[in-house]
Amino acid sequence: MRLHLVSPDVLPSLSSVLEAWWKLALDAELWRSAGASLYRGAAGLALAVVAGGALGIAMAWWRPVNALASPLVEALYPMPKSALIPVTVLWLGFGDGSKILLIFLGCMLPVTLGAFNGARSSDQALVWSARSMGASRLAVLRDVVLPSALPELLNGIRTAIALSFILLVSSELIVARSGLGYLIGFLGEGGVYDAMFAVVLTVAFLGFFADRLYLLLYNRVLRWRE
Amino acid sequence: MTWLAPWLPIAALAIAWEAFARSGAVTPFMLPALSVVAERIGADAASGELWSNLGATLYRSFAGFFIAAAAGIPLGVLVARNRFARWLLDPVISAGFPMPKIAFLPIITLWLGFHDVSKITMVVLDAIFPVVTAAIAATAAIERELLWSARNFGASERDLLREVVLPAASPQIFTGLQVALPIALIVDIVAEMKMGGVGLGGAMITASRFADSPGVFAGIVEIALAGYVLVRLMALLRRRMLLWHPEALAPATV
Repeated sequence: MRLHLVSPDVLPSLSSVLEAWWKLALDAELWRSAGASLYRGAAGLALAVVAGGALGIAMAWWRPVNALASPLVEALYPMPKSALIPVTVLWLGFGDGSKILLIFLGCMLPVTLGAFNGARSSDQALVWSARSMGASRLAVLRDVVLPSALPELLNGIRTAIALSFILLVSSELIVARSGLGYLIGFLGEGGVYDAMFAVVLTVAFLGFFADRLYLLLYNRVLRWRE
Repeated sequence: MTWLAPWLPIAALAIAWEAFARSGAVTPFMLPALSVVAERIGADAASGELWSNLGATLYRSFAGFFIAAAAGIPLGVLVARNRFARWLLDPVISAGFPMPKIAFLPIITLWLGFHDVSKITMVVLDAIFPVVTAAIAATAAIERELLWSARNFGASERDLLREVVLPAASPQIFTGLQVALPIALIVDIVAEMKMGGVGLGGAMITASRFADSPGVFAGIVEIALAGYVLVRLMALLRRRMLLWHPEALAPATV
């Protein structure tokens, strides 16, 4: 980089990127954007986990729910959710609401499928013995089905986390007035490339870090398995 | 009539959409009736606009997908079979996979401009990871006994690769390709939305800017259909290509 083989605009040197990052961090602009982005991501993801998990387990537990919902899930699962970006903007405008809705819609189905596959594969013998020992249906759901669904459910959530970052950044790049994706686009259009690289690397690192953190949590939660 | 059953909830969804949009509970701007959207798609198809957009999107998605497959499969096999390649590339792959690569879009635009090359590059960047990781896992999972007995019969490294490794790894590699193709489509559409230009995503974002809501919803339906057809085609291709594999005998689930 230092040899000036390429123009510093095209590939700023690492030192100038770090310097730009430091300046952004002191400026609080970076933190405000990261806060806005993380709020949207966390809210959408939380809604997706609750609704998606509940739907998946309901599909595995009650046959009519499955008959009704599984063709819809199957048809909507391969649909590229980023296509919904313009619609969520049409419905909820440029602010937080449209991003949260998009992340919720995009992240729900992987969680649903994980919960469904996990709950469906719970050992039938365990369910029967719990029932014969007098456990109510609700107790079986809580103490047998839910724990055995957990590994696949948690895998579904991992996919959802990766998706949430993609949806977050793409929606903020395309239409937003705050957030890390917006900041990247804004700096790029202003020609402040070293700062743009700094924010891009921050986002990439956040995505990587979130996945690693989740893996740690995942291994802790599933420690009871052999 | 049983083949109709899975379509009933989808038909119900379509009817509910139409009824809800016509009920007056929402403005036509928020949710145009399905019939209006269908009419719009018909008009786009008649004027040829739909086909040029669809063609541009599919061209870029497939170009990126094939590059990702052509580079990703050998790379994955190499990483799984060569210690040096593993040492060199494993950290890159495990760090790069969970990263939201779409954040690099402005950088790629800066380097390669606004045209096809930068969009295809974005597609490759995103679609290559599932292919590489699937190829690594598939190659690493091959039974040692297979490799040993082939070597015992005097197979060279080349024969081994062609006659044992690739066939044994192909089901799982194909799974990686099945994951990668929808990703290729999505990434291209998002890139079009950001950069504009011809394509389904580009047309949709233009419609959105002009508050042309039937255009936006037509885009969604078109993209959903394109995605659905691609996923089905890959499942079909899988069953045909892996006909010799015991997996093909199992009832298809995809």
